[in-house]
Amino acid sequence: MLKIENLKVRVAGQEILKGLDLEVNAGEVHAIMGPNGSGKSTLAHVLAGRPGYEVTGGSALYEGRDLLAMAPEERAREGVFLAFQYPVEIPGVNNVYFLKAAINAVRRHRGEQELDAMDFLALVKERIKLVELDESLLNRSINEGFSGGEKKRNEIFQMAVLEPKLALLDETDSGLDIDALRVVAAGINALRSPDRAMVLVTHYQRLLDYVKPDVVHVLSAGRIVKSGPPELAKELETRGYDWVVQEARSA
Amino acid sequence: MSTRNEEVDKLVRREYAAGFITDVESDTLPPGLDDDVIRAISAKKNEPAWLLEWRLSAFHHWQTMPTPNWAHLRIEPIDYQAISYFSAPKSKKDAPKSLDEVDPKLLETYAKLGIPLREQEMLAGVAVDAVFDSVSVATTFKGKLKDAGVIFCSFSDAVRDYPEIVQQYLGTVVPPGDNYFAALNSAVFTDGSFVFVPKGVRCPMELSTYFRINAMNTGQFERTLIVAEERATVSYLEGCTAPMRDENQLHAAVVELVALDDAYIKYSTVQNWYPGDENGIGGIYNFVTKRGECRGPRSKISWTQVETGSAITWKYPSCVLTGDDSTGEFYSVALTNNWQQADTGTKMIHIGRNTKSTIVSKGISAGHGQNAYRGLVKVLPSAEGARNYTQCDSLLIGKLCGAHTFPYIEVKTPHAVVEHEASTSKISDEQLFYCRQRGVSEEDAVNMIVNGFCKDVFRELPMEFAVEAQKLLGVSLEGAVG
Ligand SMILES: Nc1ncnc2c1ncn2[C@@H]1O[C@H](COP(=O)(O)OP(=O)(O)O)[C@@H](O)[C@H]1O
Ligand SMILES: [Mg+2]
Repeated sequence: MLKIENLKVRVAGQEILKGLDLEVNAGEVHAIMGPNGSGKSTLAHVLAGRPGYEVTGGSALYEGRDLLAMAPEERAREGVFLAFQYPVEIPGVNNVYFLKAAINAVRRHRGEQELDAMDFLALVKERIKLVELDESLLNRSINEGFSGGEKKRNEIFQMAVLEPKLALLDETDSGLDIDALRVVAAGINALRSPDRAMVLVTHYQRLLDYVKPDVVHVLSAGRIVKSGPPELAKELETRGYDWVVQEARSA
Repeated sequence: MSTRNEEVDKLVRREYAAGFITDVESDTLPPGLDDDVIRAISAKKNEPAWLLEWRLSAFHHWQTMPTPNWAHLRIEPIDYQAISYFSAPKSKKDAPKSLDEVDPKLLETYAKLGIPLREQEMLAGVAVDAVFDSVSVATTFKGKLKDAGVIFCSFSDAVRDYPEIVQQYLGTVVPPGDNYFAALNSAVFTDGSFVFVPKGVRCPMELSTYFRINAMNTGQFERTLIVAEERATVSYLEGCTAPMRDENQLHAAVVELVALDDAYIKYSTVQNWYPGDENGIGGIYNFVTKRGECRGPRSKISWTQVETGSAITWKYPSCVLTGDDSTGEFYSVALTNNWQQADTGTKMIHIGRNTKSTIVSKGISAGHGQNAYRGLVKVLPSAEGARNYTQCDSLLIGKLCGAHTFPYIEVKTPHAVVEHEASTSKISDEQLFYCRQRGVSEEDAVNMIVNGFCKDVFRELPMEFAVEAQKLLGVSLEGAVG
């Protein structure tokens, strides 16, 4: 589904990704771990098409197509979803109204009929249960005045409604207390499917206690320096990142 | 009245004898402004002598006034002698013969706003002789209004048919010498609208759109007078969302509202005059004086405006709260894009006891647009228990535009409460990316954010206008981002 080769990206004149390779197939869940500032969010953003990131080399294919050539909204409509590390507040724009616009943009793109208000509401009420989000948040402005946990849950809720093919989750676990983490993890697990690929970007391994990845990658200084089974996450938890980095240097 | 007219005629003829060169029968006066021109206008309209005198004294006052000093507007000096102050409806010879001859850009905008073909032709000034559907609708309208006792007609007709009422109220809210443009308007106004709702009558319909077509060619110096007697209620809608072509660069209208005891006047405006092109060439200067007086106790006047057009807008719909317990409201959305400049706001003058006023102003700037809010809340010593609430928000789109806020507050009694809240926000790249990441286009995202920002004002608009206004903002903001 996603095939990244030798990807090089500059931000503000500085090379952040320095030749990154990653392949993710449908049905798989990959975790990307790494120290702060290693380029995890940069990877997520560049895949989602955020302006300001200059691709200086390499490629990223999504379902065989050149992902990097597509406009951000086109990527979204084609099924790429980014759960933001810091979801932005948009005052005055109703959360659920926005979500309706989003899902109908996707449906129009696919040549499907737009959902009418009734069907949409039914879908929303069903999916919001997945993340145990209070329904009153639906009619608030997007993320405005939401607690940190509510913002993260709102992201997963949007993912549940939009049903993407490739989900990039950027530090969805950070800032959550243990109960909220369990809820969010349950939501993510419920959305695992043979047709869907997920990339979990995380700094800590605790999310991975609840969402078991197929592969764990370590991102350091702009490259994937090690990949392994879920147990690698545990090892990172106890031993830190330094040894991986050392290992990569001496290799 | 007829004797008065004869006098005017005589007067005019005498002036002509004295060297005035224009033929009385001709449709258009040559450019220029002096006593003779004003006499000629008045004569063409068969006005009573008192009105001619009124015009002349306004003109003499205007001549003594310095041109306004524009704090926040870039403006070329206006040559008042280069303007023709009277022209009958445009001859059809120069008009486009069909929509095919009209600027495709304009047509595109009409299409986006969903304006019917017939109306498109009207607005674009196509020479059509067809009888409009709206004429019969208008007739039905007029019948209903008449049954209710409501007078709604052109200002000229009012001068002819109800001269006493006009004389009683004209200039009592906006005196002829009030400001530079009000004085000019008082001297040379050609037509406008007149509404009179008698005691206890609730006007049975919104006075609106059907008339926008008929009222269109009222020229650049419009005069509107609305009077609601005791316990009367009326909602008046002015304007049109479609961008109107107009060769007159200067527009200086005056609107006066009078609300007697327990009366309620709601005045809504959607203004979308030609703003000039992307480079700021062309475009209309809109200098309007709008003021309402809550003359009677417990009366209420509410202004709602959505301003997206004009190259330069200068207007402050205001309320003079004379009656005890009276209420003034001002809800405004002003958008400036490209090189547009707007200096708008309101004045709330509290005179009566326990008077209340609310101001909600939303300024949106995009492109190189400059948007200034200028508001005055004045509480006189007599206005014990007065309250004002002002909320003034600015939204910036892009980096080249500007927003400025000038709140003036003068409170002369210790027994008043005046609250002011202000905010400035930007549509951030982060917000736009968030929306696009969910599949929503940048343009739709901007529209959603802007509509959210304007919600508190749109809510005050009559339903049909609210929908149009929303579409209008979308069209006006096209190309503002990216
Ligand atoms: N917009 C930006 N301008 C300048 N530097 C940036 C920008 N975005 C990210 N960086 C830098 O890129 C590096 C990687 O950041 P990021 O991808 O956010 O790391 P992570 O998510 O792994 O913590 C950091 O050194 C960060 O300071
Ligand atoms: Mg990060």
